[in-house]
Amino acid sequence: MLSHPVYIERATASFQSAENGFVFAEPDYKVWIKNANMRRRMSRMVRMGVATGMECLDGITEPIDAILTATGYGCLTDTEIFMNSFLDTDEQQPSPSSFIQSTFNTIGAQLAILTDNHQYNNTYVHRGFSFESALADAISLLAEGDARKVLAGATDEMTPTLNTLLGRMGNWKHYAPGEGAAFFLLSSTPPEQTPAIIIQDIEMITGDYTKEELQHLADNFIAKHGIQTAKFISPDSYKCFCGEYPTSTSFALWMACKAPELFKTGLPIVICNSFLKNHSFILLRSTL
Amino acid sequence: MNVCITGIGCISGIGNDVEAHLQAFRQGKSGLGKVTLFPTNHHVPVSEVKLSNEGLKERLGLPSSKVYSRTSLLGLSAAHEALKDSGVTINSGLRIGLISSTSTGGMDVSENHYPTFRENPTKGHLRYFATHDAGDSTEKIADHLGITGMRTTISTACSSAANSLLLAARLIRQGILDVAIAGGTDALCKFTLNGFASLMILDNEPCRPFDNTRAGLNLGEGAGYVVLQSEATIKRKPYATLSGYANANDAYHQTASSAEGTGAFLAMKAALCRAGVSPSQVDYINGHGTGTPNNDASESTAINRLFEGNIPPFSSTKAFTGHTLGAAGGIEAVFSVLSIEYGILYPNLNFSTPMEENGMIPVLTYKEGEQIENVLSNSFGFGGNNTSLLFQRYKSTLC
Repeated sequence: MLSHPVYIERATASFQSAENGFVFAEPDYKVWIKNANMRRRMSRMVRMGVATGMECLDGITEPIDAILTATGYGCLTDTEIFMNSFLDTDEQQPSPSSFIQSTFNTIGAQLAILTDNHQYNNTYVHRGFSFESALADAISLLAEGDARKVLAGATDEMTPTLNTLLGRMGNWKHYAPGEGAAFFLLSSTPPEQTPAIIIQDIEMITGDYTKEELQHLADNFIAKHGIQTAKFISPDSYKCFCGEYPTSTSFALWMACKAPELFKTGLPIVICNSFLKNHSFILLRSTL
Repeated sequence: MNVCITGIGCISGIGNDVEAHLQAFRQGKSGLGKVTLFPTNHHVPVSEVKLSNEGLKERLGLPSSKVYSRTSLLGLSAAHEALKDSGVTINSGLRIGLISSTSTGGMDVSENHYPTFRENPTKGHLRYFATHDAGDSTEKIADHLGITGMRTTISTACSSAANSLLLAARLIRQGILDVAIAGGTDALCKFTLNGFASLMILDNEPCRPFDNTRAGLNLGEGAGYVVLQSEATIKRKPYATLSGYANANDAYHQTASSAEGTGAFLAMKAALCRAGVSPSQVDYINGHGTGTPNNDASESTAINRLFEGNIPPFSSTKAFTGHTLGAAGGIEAVFSVLSIEYGILYPNLNFSTPMEENGMIPVLTYKEGEQIENVLSNSFGFGGNNTSLLFQRYKSTLC
């Protein structure tokens, strides 16, 4: 149980409000990644993650003590480009740039370079726990007092190959294929603007569970915090906007930050997700 | 509160378990040889684990019909050994987590089946792609060992496994976990071999870390895990404690290290600081020492700066194991623990000429029975991700 409350000071994402909810919207890359050469070298996924992260840090003058990134699949476009390049050239002259950018920690590294940040930097790549793990690390760093402000976010991209393979595996029966980036500036102290949203706890459980069993696990989770009733945000209620991808809870968290009416009842909120056998709950409350 | 290491396990080109590694070190036997796992045009030395996938499955008692990536099989071997060694039982009521790491994931399987898919996207067995993601090996290890607590995967290139140990230690200190199995695993595959070849940092000869004539690295494969435990839950005398840890970023270049070794310096300094150990108290440094001109220059500059000329015995073990990438920090954590347990200083194979700029000379011959209290282990990776760990002889803080 992670019991140290963490404040969300800012939230950015590759999505925007629309008439009936939210739609995917790529960031304006020129604004957030000014160096044209750097921008050109980045794949779409890296650009999307880096730009969303940079937007989250825009105008922040206090030091950022950690940069945490997450991805379920990593930089698949570059991975495939590099694989094709050594298959096509019979291993003679594959191009190094796609290999370099296929590394899972590329977005975190580029954010460190762009902001000249020498602090703690980590990347989580674990299916439906990728973003949750980055958040858990952030909460732990803030609790330890090792950090006061942490940038944490997630990025996943949809590629034609992934779409085909997961389609053949039957993954699009319930949700449309999705992708996106979302970043959060987290702090151990309350931000100036109110109401603020607090991440109270995160739970990660693995196994085969029925819907009823998962609800029971969710009830047990909030009960540990002395909470009897909460508003549960089901996967259906956010994946209708963002689609299915391993780090879709990062979108759900951003959505909660952009829709304060969710908190109007005064009840705490629990973002629920299931991805393969990974199930997670993120407990939020508002200072409202 | 002490974070104790009560179990160790490793597999690499020099041996299939911890005992075999000790024997290989005592005999000065390197794991480097030709690539035999797959056909390739790259004729460079690599350090392969001397077991086929079938052999690994048999050793683990796994069904031969089920698809496991080599990364998973190597990880299972070492994690299983570490857990068994610790004596921790899964259903003991303790909160046990698995923090694993990898840089290749199940690439060794996907790269074999991608050509079929590329020809015709409706072809190619799906089960060969279901192990691609980095989380797969961790899921397989956790399920096999029966871990019910937190499971996650870190991937920060060559510093991945060191970051797993770092997170595990912090979660134990904060009381979030009682026990954590932490480390990393990576299988040799065409993808990484071609990747490092494209960067032109593979040496055609056995690598020569910290040598003036060094010309690049040799790839390896393997896995290394340790069992970390809160002192309150230990049932046996620990090998050592993980007393210091730090992660810093070089923020210089996506693949190259800065000439000053800024990230390396910050990581080592902060790890010592957390452990309350001064540079003069460090008895041995297990360096990252890949053998690339860039890493070894940057790392030795950072070591020189931190130790102000009074450099303790140091060496790289990568001429034995090859560079095992996401597993390196785990395998070298096991070596660091053994260094304290047996008083070992590991020789830096293939060294002949000190680096022009600093004249630093690593440990040249195998030594055992030395008094080793504090060992610093470095793991530096692409993306400027630098992590240092400080292992210390166990001193009880229990009353």
